[in-house]
Amino acid sequence: MPDTILVVVEQREGKLNRVSWETITAGQAVAAATGWTLEAAVVGGTASTFAAEVAAKKVAKVYAVESPKLEPYTPDAFAAALKQLITAKQPKLVLMPHTYQVRDFVPKLATAMGRAVISDCIGFKHENGKLLFTRQMFQGKLAADVSFASDAPWFATFQNGAFRGDKAEAGTAVAPVETVNADIADGVVRNKPQEVFKEAKQAVDLTQAEVIVAVGRGIKEQKNIVIAQQLADALGADLAASRPICDNGWLPMDRQIGSSGQTVAPKLYLALGISGAIQHIVGMKGARTIIAVNKDTEAPIFEIADYAIVGNLFDIVPPLTEEVKKVKAGG
Amino acid sequence: MKILVCMKQVPQKDAPLKLNETAAWIREDVSYEVNEPDAFALEEALRQKEKHTGEVVVITSGPARSQQVLREALAKGADRAIHLEDNAFVGLDALNTAKAFAAAIKDEKFDLIFTGLQSDDYGYAQTGVILAELLGWPHATIIMHLEKNDSGIRVKRELEAGFFQFVDMPLPAVLTIQSGINKLRYATLIGIKQAKNKPIRKVAMAEVQSAIGENLQKIEHLYVPQKTKKTEHIEGSPAEIAKKLVDKLRNELRVL
Repeated sequence: MPDTILVVVEQREGKLNRVSWETITAGQAVAAATGWTLEAAVVGGTASTFAAEVAAKKVAKVYAVESPKLEPYTPDAFAAALKQLITAKQPKLVLMPHTYQVRDFVPKLATAMGRAVISDCIGFKHENGKLLFTRQMFQGKLAADVSFASDAPWFATFQNGAFRGDKAEAGTAVAPVETVNADIADGVVRNKPQEVFKEAKQAVDLTQAEVIVAVGRGIKEQKNIVIAQQLADALGADLAASRPICDNGWLPMDRQIGSSGQTVAPKLYLALGISGAIQHIVGMKGARTIIAVNKDTEAPIFEIADYAIVGNLFDIVPPLTEEVKKVKAGG
Repeated sequence: MKILVCMKQVPQKDAPLKLNETAAWIREDVSYEVNEPDAFALEEALRQKEKHTGEVVVITSGPARSQQVLREALAKGADRAIHLEDNAFVGLDALNTAKAFAAAIKDEKFDLIFTGLQSDDYGYAQTGVILAELLGWPHATIIMHLEKNDSGIRVKRELEAGFFQFVDMPLPAVLTIQSGINKLRYATLIGIKQAKNKPIRKVAMAEVQSAIGENLQKIEHLYVPQKTKKTEHIEGSPAEIAKKLVDKLRNELRVL
């Protein structure tokens, strides 16, 4: 019997979180490399309503793990339910997307089972029969190939965008769905979550912007943001920012790009004074063209930039704005 | 409120990192600083102490240099510190680090334990959640607000894409704190002076050895990432750069 890979997909607000398709693609890739069997699981109050969509993909089987105690999400319930499933079905490898929800429970689940999680992986390697998971270290300055030094089950989470959701292969037939009733005793769930809500009035939808000018800590002071705004205006672009700028209140939260803010894929992304921390990059690495201005030649943003300008943005941006205006005026 | 804040010393954000001779780790001749989310966690603990009275204890594991993080925390207002001091703590995975912390605090009675949501060196985002499971406590992650209430606490969890969620929890609990939850204070001169008299309990590896085990994961290979993107550098004076860029924007990228 070959080993199995179990992909745990995420559903949110009545819909499958589309990042789950990326994890299915990842699971299919690991299955192809190792010869292991790929299965999937959906977890929730009415998980079986989501199972059919997953069963249409090329997976051997889908488990719908259900219990009224799984709605709404809590780490206690999810860890308990998945521990039962994994103990029963004994997969070798459990894969999940590195979402905020997964981060909230998978270290608890693994610890409860005496196992480890290799998190926020950007890929994997299968070398000499050994499975290695690649992840970034030191905010992307170094990379590490990590192996498990324990028995199964192994747990790994993949970074948003590490695999392409649209590459998840469809199955030739619908996979069988097995409904599993999770047995969660009273008193297991200790947190009482309230309704999910959106705080900032979404004044601007950056996901629709064709050109974005984004500022990071390199802008130094709030009063300097006007330099970036002028470039944005000249280009007909939207202004955005990395997290610290929004935390300081220098720009509203709906301008934040990154894991906590918006994920964008514009035609052009100009990163001004942004170092390229992973939490920001996951929100913009899908941009068609990335131009980065930063005075630190080692800044991780340059790893993903199409055009790199190593220099002081206060020297670089104003002449750029003037040149843009000149050319647009027919100069 | 008795609050423990788990803190970590990491290489400075803009420190140029080089692999050591065996490529097993980085060369340690770099400047270090406190892991930024941990600084926000400390600040939140200090604010809760100011609001509700109590005690703030800080803990870290690492070599002698990591004591700096504890000293700075004491200078900002933490009451005492615990230092698991040994080079060997650097190589422990998150599970072992959490086990070491749990062992070091087994005789204490905290109401809350804070960690930063993740570290800037490993970026695993696990230690706090693992610690909660080891202690048998409830937890919540990526917290942007915290308020005490009659049944325990109400926290504000940050979710993706600008969403949030309030969660009511009993105490004791573990919270992982998000950057930006508050504004960091500076240590005052008086604080720095007072810090010299605040206790730092040293915990040797031998004291917690029986609680930890072998790492369950291993870095097989640490390396400078191979660039897959072809990056074109645009050079020259600012005026020359402006002309070259605008030329590209117009003719190649067609955004002008």
